[in-house]
Amino acid sequence: MIQIAWESFTPWSALIGGLVIGLAAALFVLLNGRIAGISGILGGLLTPVRSDIGWRVAFLAGMILAPAIWVAFAPMPAIEVNASYPVIIVAGLLVGVGTRYGSGCTSGHGVCGLSRFSLRSLLATLTFMVAGFVTVFLIRHAFGG
Amino acid sequence: MKYTITSFFAGLIFGFGLLISGMANPEKVLGFLDIAGAWDPSLALVMVGAIAVGVVAFAIARRRHLSFLGFDMRLPKADEITTRLLVGSMLFGAGWGLAGFCPGPGLVALGAGETKAVVFVAAMVAGMALFQLLERRHAAVSA
Repeated sequence: MIQIAWESFTPWSALIGGLVIGLAAALFVLLNGRIAGISGILGGLLTPVRSDIGWRVAFLAGMILAPAIWVAFAPMPAIEVNASYPVIIVAGLLVGVGTRYGSGCTSGHGVCGLSRFSLRSLLATLTFMVAGFVTVFLIRHAFGG
Repeated sequence: MKYTITSFFAGLIFGFGLLISGMANPEKVLGFLDIAGAWDPSLALVMVGAIAVGVVAFAIARRRHLSFLGFDMRLPKADEITTRLLVGSMLFGAGWGLAGFCPGPGLVALGAGETKAVVFVAAMVAGMALFQLLERRHAAVSA
């Protein structure tokens, strides 16, 4: 039986934040004609095409500068990272290799792909969600955390 | 230039969305992925909100050859379900579950000055570079 953590569940900020993420993806496709897929935008810089570098860097710069601009207007939300450095490194490598082989991540497949009703993205999203559930289960419950 | 500016703002707004939703916080993401513990369904509502807007935007985009700024519409054409897609997604999901970071939140947390996010992003870029290397070797072998 699933137990909901009511004290940590934040339905309104989740929904509003989601709408804002959707707005960013909407602006990007309607103005620039592209999918806002973070792993693809970043990964594309590793095989640079000259005309592509500027907008890719600009998009990533926007994301990286978001916290600095945010704190000028509102308090910074909590960011807690409990994984150890070795785990972080393995996680980063897996996310890097996996998103490139799988052609996308939570934004490209999850947000944009599902919004386009892409079967490919639906299967990718279900696959990484299940892999995420299994991994957390193994770490927190099977091997004891 | 226009293209670069709109890219910057799309990235910025995306980053704000991740901050507002709490998804820049790996602990919150892991709360969603931990279905056997005390489950935090927030991430599901983030997806609902994002897709609600996305469905409308992509329905408009699908009918156009050019964007509203006159750029080519570059929507993905691939529709094959391949082993690469599934194995890649599986590896990504495992990495996501290990630390609670996916690419976007990793970049936002890096921008917030989180040292572990800097390490995560560096490892992620290394993983992407490894993929390129394997691809090149594969292409050289099959050529």
